[in-house]
Amino acid sequence: MTEDAIVVEGLEKSYGSVRALCGVDFSAKTGTVLGLLGPNGAGKTTAVRILATLLEQDRGTARVAGLDVKRDAAALRAKIGLAGQYAAVDENLTGFENLEMVGQLYHMPRKEARVRADELLERFGLSDAAKRPAKTYSGGMRRRLDLAAALVYRPPVLFLDEPTTGLDPRSRLGLWETIEARVAGGTTVLLTTQYLEEADRLADRIVVIDHGNVIAQGTSDELKSEIGGERLELTLADRDDAERAAEVIAEMALDRPVIEDGVVHATMRQRSGTIAEAVRRLDEAGVGVDDIEMSRPTLDDVFITLTGHSAEDADDDDDDAAEEQPREEVRA
Amino acid sequence: MSSLSMTASDTLVLARRNLMRIPRQPDLLIAYTVQPVMFTLLFVYVFGGAIDSGPFDYVDFLIPGIIVQSIAFGGFVTALGLSEDVKKGLIDRFRSLPMSRGAVLAGRTFSDIALNCLSLVVLFAVGFAAGFNFHDATAGDILLGIVLVLLLGYAFSWIFALVGLYSSSPETANSIGFTLIFPLTFASSVFVPAATMPDGLRQFAEANPFTTISDAMRSLWLGTPAHTDVWMSFVWCFGLIAVFAPLAIARYRKVAAK
Repeated sequence: MTEDAIVVEGLEKSYGSVRALCGVDFSAKTGTVLGLLGPNGAGKTTAVRILATLLEQDRGTARVAGLDVKRDAAALRAKIGLAGQYAAVDENLTGFENLEMVGQLYHMPRKEARVRADELLERFGLSDAAKRPAKTYSGGMRRRLDLAAALVYRPPVLFLDEPTTGLDPRSRLGLWETIEARVAGGTTVLLTTQYLEEADRLADRIVVIDHGNVIAQGTSDELKSEIGGERLELTLADRDDAERAAEVIAEMALDRPVIEDGVVHATMRQRSGTIAEAVRRLDEAGVGVDDIEMSRPTLDDVFITLTGHSAEDADDDDDDAAEEQPREEVRA
Repeated sequence: MSSLSMTASDTLVLARRNLMRIPRQPDLLIAYTVQPVMFTLLFVYVFGGAIDSGPFDYVDFLIPGIIVQSIAFGGFVTALGLSEDVKKGLIDRFRSLPMSRGAVLAGRTFSDIALNCLSLVVLFAVGFAAGFNFHDATAGDILLGIVLVLLLGYAFSWIFALVGLYSSSPETANSIGFTLIFPLTFASSVFVPAATMPDGLRQFAEANPFTTISDAMRSLWLGTPAHTDVWMSFVWCFGLIAVFAPLAIARYRKVAAK
């Protein structure tokens, strides 16, 4: 049994004329975390729904824990756990009753389901709230209960669809630690996220998808070195100087500098002496510098380089397109 | 586990889950207990004196009708619950579990039967307290009436399941239920004899299955002439189930596989 826990080949899915997945391939080794990274609408959730047997693909194959998601769907459901951004818990049931119900639906004897429910509530720090209806829980507690429900039957493969979206930083950290503990115990996790920090911390391998296509994959370090170079971040005293500053920096950069919110980003040819040289040239050009910084590329840089937009801004895509429309007309 | 015993076990687990919410939601508990009591008292004591119900005391005429109306609406919690389950992603959770696929809808409609039994007890209690009596009814007639009205409730559970699955929110389910289905119960012999209604409305009321079933209940419990009402009522109930259960199941499949 050396087969990868998740193997996806040529997966395609359309909703009417909208192509959600345009033939994606990726795989995850047993006992590792695969991060599916992409903006909203990239196709992450569609991929998870197909792998969790909730949705059938149009073309391509997917195997999870050695089972085909389409042909062996019924058998596969006993081997997977699903949790996500919607925290699918019954709000009218208590935390304990939710987990007991899920255990019984896995056909565990009732007594065993109850023991397991207590065990999970204890581990997820929900023992004190065990007898309260889930509707009284905070967002973080709900997510933990949702995750606990996914773990009732100790599934070897866990799907987490944006598990920390909308959580406060403390709850997010707590959930990360829980996920790490599961992986240390041998569970394979497929995690979708739009937070680069989350993928960076949790994922052994990252698959970047955008508009239904895999646009890059590898470890976090591989992705960062793939785009290479040292990153320069330049904050200006006067935002209006951004264009001129970009021109100056371009002479020393590997690629065209990008201006975001008046801050100039660029990938530089070399690290040593770059800051001093840049400041000198900017000074000559009469551009006032407020802050200048060099760093190794972050996953965010990777994302911007690959997709032309940052991961967490992707929601605004449509608005930008709408705004551009009238401008075109003016030019015409 | 065999697939049949799996379905039965999953259905019971979910039916129990559906019932557990009732005592925790005061509005639902009120809908199943206080509301039928209020309706009964309102009609018996406020409107009843002005309604000519022929040879019977109005309370005797009313109770079979109000039981028909209340039990038909017993399945309403299914519409609320299903639209909530879809919205909150619980259907996804259930579908990702190795459980029976039919158990979600079966669990809903079965828990409605239990709720309707509770309503029936409350309605009989308030009915007897207000002076209701069976007339010329054998134990068999009484029982057949109870079976008929529970069957009607079961048929309406499927109608409400469909309503719930078509509603984007519990609020929508609520307004569909109360603007489309509720008035139907008034344009019938549930509260007043259809013969007293003006032309047009009277013909509508006579064709209304709520009239057929209310009249069937009265023939069983009060000894009024049955005509074809009793067996026609069973035809209506089975007919509604035959139409709406497959529609609800098809809709469930569609909603679930999004």
